[in-house]
Amino acid sequence: MTAALAIEQLLNGLQLGVMLFLMAAGLTLIFGVMGLINLAHGSLYMVGAFACAAVASLTGSFWLGLIASLAAAAAAGAIIEVLVIRRLYSRDHLDQVLATFALILIFSEGTRWVFGSFPLYLNIPSILQGAVSLPGGVQYPAYRLAVIAAGGLIALGLAALITRTRLGIRIRAGENDREMIGALGVDIRTLYTVVFALGAALAGLAGALVGALQSVQVGMGEPVLILAFVVIVIGGIGSIKGAFLAALLVGVVDTMGRFLLPHLLATVLPPSEAGTIGGSASSMLIYIMMAFILAFRPRGLFAA
Amino acid sequence: MAEPVLQISNLVKSFGALRATDDVTIDLHPGEIHALIGPNGAGKSTLIHQICGTHAPNSGTIRFMGEDITHLGVAARARKGLGRTFQISSIAPEFSALRNVMLAVQARQGSSFRFFRPVRSDASLTGPAMTALERVGLAGRASLPVAELSHGERRQLEIAIALALGSRAFLLDEPMAGMGPEGSRALTSFLADLKQEAPILLVEHDMDAVFALADRISVLVYGKIIATGTVEEIRRDPAVRTAYLGDHD
Amino acid sequence: MISREWTVNAALALALLAAAIAAEAAGQVFYITLATRIAILGLAATGLNLALGLGGLVSFGHAVFFGIGGYAAGILGSHAFSGDPMIFGLEGSNSMPLIWLVAALAAAVAGVVIGVISIRTSGVYFIMITLAFAQMLYYFAISWPAYGGEDGLSIFVRNAFPGMNTMKPLSFFLISFGALMAGIAILAVLRGSRFGSALDVVRQNEVRAAAVGINPFPVKLTAFVLSAMITAVAGALYADLNRFVSPSMMSWHMSGELIVLIILGGTGRLFGPMAGAALFVLIEHNLGELTERWQFFLGLILLVTVLFARGGVLGFLAGKVRHG
Repeated sequence: MTAALAIEQLLNGLQLGVMLFLMAAGLTLIFGVMGLINLAHGSLYMVGAFACAAVASLTGSFWLGLIASLAAAAAAGAIIEVLVIRRLYSRDHLDQVLATFALILIFSEGTRWVFGSFPLYLNIPSILQGAVSLPGGVQYPAYRLAVIAAGGLIALGLAALITRTRLGIRIRAGENDREMIGALGVDIRTLYTVVFALGAALAGLAGALVGALQSVQVGMGEPVLILAFVVIVIGGIGSIKGAFLAALLVGVVDTMGRFLLPHLLATVLPPSEAGTIGGSASSMLIYIMMAFILAFRPRGLFAA
Repeated sequence: MAEPVLQISNLVKSFGALRATDDVTIDLHPGEIHALIGPNGAGKSTLIHQICGTHAPNSGTIRFMGEDITHLGVAARARKGLGRTFQISSIAPEFSALRNVMLAVQARQGSSFRFFRPVRSDASLTGPAMTALERVGLAGRASLPVAELSHGERRQLEIAIALALGSRAFLLDEPMAGMGPEGSRALTSFLADLKQEAPILLVEHDMDAVFALADRISVLVYGKIIATGTVEEIRRDPAVRTAYLGDHD
Repeated sequence: MISREWTVNAALALALLAAAIAAEAAGQVFYITLATRIAILGLAATGLNLALGLGGLVSFGHAVFFGIGGYAAGILGSHAFSGDPMIFGLEGSNSMPLIWLVAALAAAVAGVVIGVISIRTSGVYFIMITLAFAQMLYYFAISWPAYGGEDGLSIFVRNAFPGMNTMKPLSFFLISFGALMAGIAILAVLRGSRFGSALDVVRQNEVRAAAVGINPFPVKLTAFVLSAMITAVAGALYADLNRFVSPSMMSWHMSGELIVLIILGGTGRLFGPMAGAALFVLIEHNLGELTERWQFFLGLILLVTVLFARGGVLGFLAGKVRHG
């Protein structure tokens, strides 16, 4: 185990963290503003990945694929908001869980219908292929660095959007007081659709960016969705800042756990067992961390 | 005078820089109605929340029946006999009136962890519950779901619940709110009887009712008690007139 | 007077029983298996119904208890089969009643641990935390190579029940059906008891419950743990039905499906989970024959049920829920 390897893993953790943030930001915003728990957020992630893969393979351009992922996920988000989600704002969480669970079934099976059961592959754009030399003798893939940078920039952009723009003011007003926002003369229905589509676009972008690192397949959104839930629960539901910090925490703890736990277990167990047990036991790590945090702060670290 | 049933001493509760309860001392003696009045935002709700246990004070003590209850939870206080009715009517909405009261009887008996015997045929629950409903004049409406009761009847039901709990003191939070004149009159005379059962700390906006009922009045302004006394004393108190009553006359 | 709901309930239960017996008479083993699946899934959802329907605790992690029951059957049964002792030198067992007891106790332990942390929260936090705990144990099952890890664990010979040949499909159906009826009876008794009243008022208005002196936390925790125990017994039966147990029994899809069963059947009904399980299994079977995209249509049916037909099957057959 070398320092270079550790730094590489740390960067991988950051990369997972910023992707989780893109998912979690939408989830937490939708919950904060509309009071809705949306299980189908992972499906929007999947829609983004498939749109990117399809457009990239048609046009040969990853960048057009990225734009398509944003557009497709935003459109899918807006459509389900208008058709389904809108009817759920006044319902209890149980109904929201069930209806969005139903949406997952529809999206997953629908995607399989259109694209078949085989995974699609997305190529990393040529400009970002290869590795970058970092200080300390670390060779790190350029694409992953770009993903970290993009995620960081989007986080900054989102912060600016929320604090500086008219839309942001309306969103914050909506979080604090739904009646006030009506009094401000804001069309709440449109605002909700816009917020939902924005969250969907972020999820779709995350799906596309991750799609180039893994394969693009049905069900890819679900593990990420559950991690994003862990993130927003740890961060405090409704808090963008909490989501950002918790996303990085979860990303780094998860990645470093997978990296370090097998090494640690190898000191007491035979190597093969240390590998299998350590690998999956580290999947439990963030849930244990979440349980600990909630035992002391039942409403998360940055509860609104 | 006998020992106070409820003794609140030097209670302080701050929210940031705001002192919502500012060194409040107030007591409740057997057989009396002690009214707590004050303009909106004076901190009446915050004070009631601390007395019933939903908010913890920053300092000060609350003693009930000679026992320090400052650090007990809501359920524990209720079991000791500190009965509260709510500003916003909040009974179990899907139950009938009778089942609401039966639940209070059950809580008083401390027996929620019995898993077998059906409650509907349990005379040790239905008996006392019907008695309490009869006392407030709701016996005829016992089997109706709460949703079908009028606003005034729900208030009566809340008092029946407090009776069934065997309350040793009542905290009544705006019992007259939303009642027509007839309901108010009926409730006023009922409360006058009820105080023989257990003393009442009454928060109420209806000044006619307060002046008709209260044995003593405390006036809360900006978290402080600015005066405590009989109805006459409060009517004459110059500080009260400027701070509060002036607005109404 | 027997109410319309109870007439419908009795008819549903008898229909399930009759279907299995008719399938036996016709020599259609497959349909007995379907009926058994309905009974077992109905029992699992009946367990969840105690927490979710009566207690308002939307547990999105109940599959974990289902899986714990499954592994109890798989682990005890495989040790009994191989004769190897388990940890602490304990013997395995292939006796269903003993397996159910172990399943229920193991689920109770897990239920207390999960419940103590998650019941402190409420609303959407509770949903997500129960989900996260289930994921945690799901990954634990995957990472546990001794009992098959991700590949799961086969049960070579179905575990035994005194006086019955469990390998005969109808016998195993009758055991499962009996367990379902017992589970529903337990819920009926609990619902009518003092505990049931307390749980109901906690669900309706937690603040009010505290105000009359009923501390919500222990009431909710007890309901959660009892609910976990019933679901675990169903899990043990399910493993015996499939003669296989794997981490997928604990997956979040399974948790979601258990909730779906309750809603399809009709929330707040004793027989809702059974009706929902019947509908679910029939949809799965019939749509599955028509199209391999049956989950797409299941999603649509579920969506329409949630948005427009909140009463579920029993709401349609037996009218609105009445409270006393």
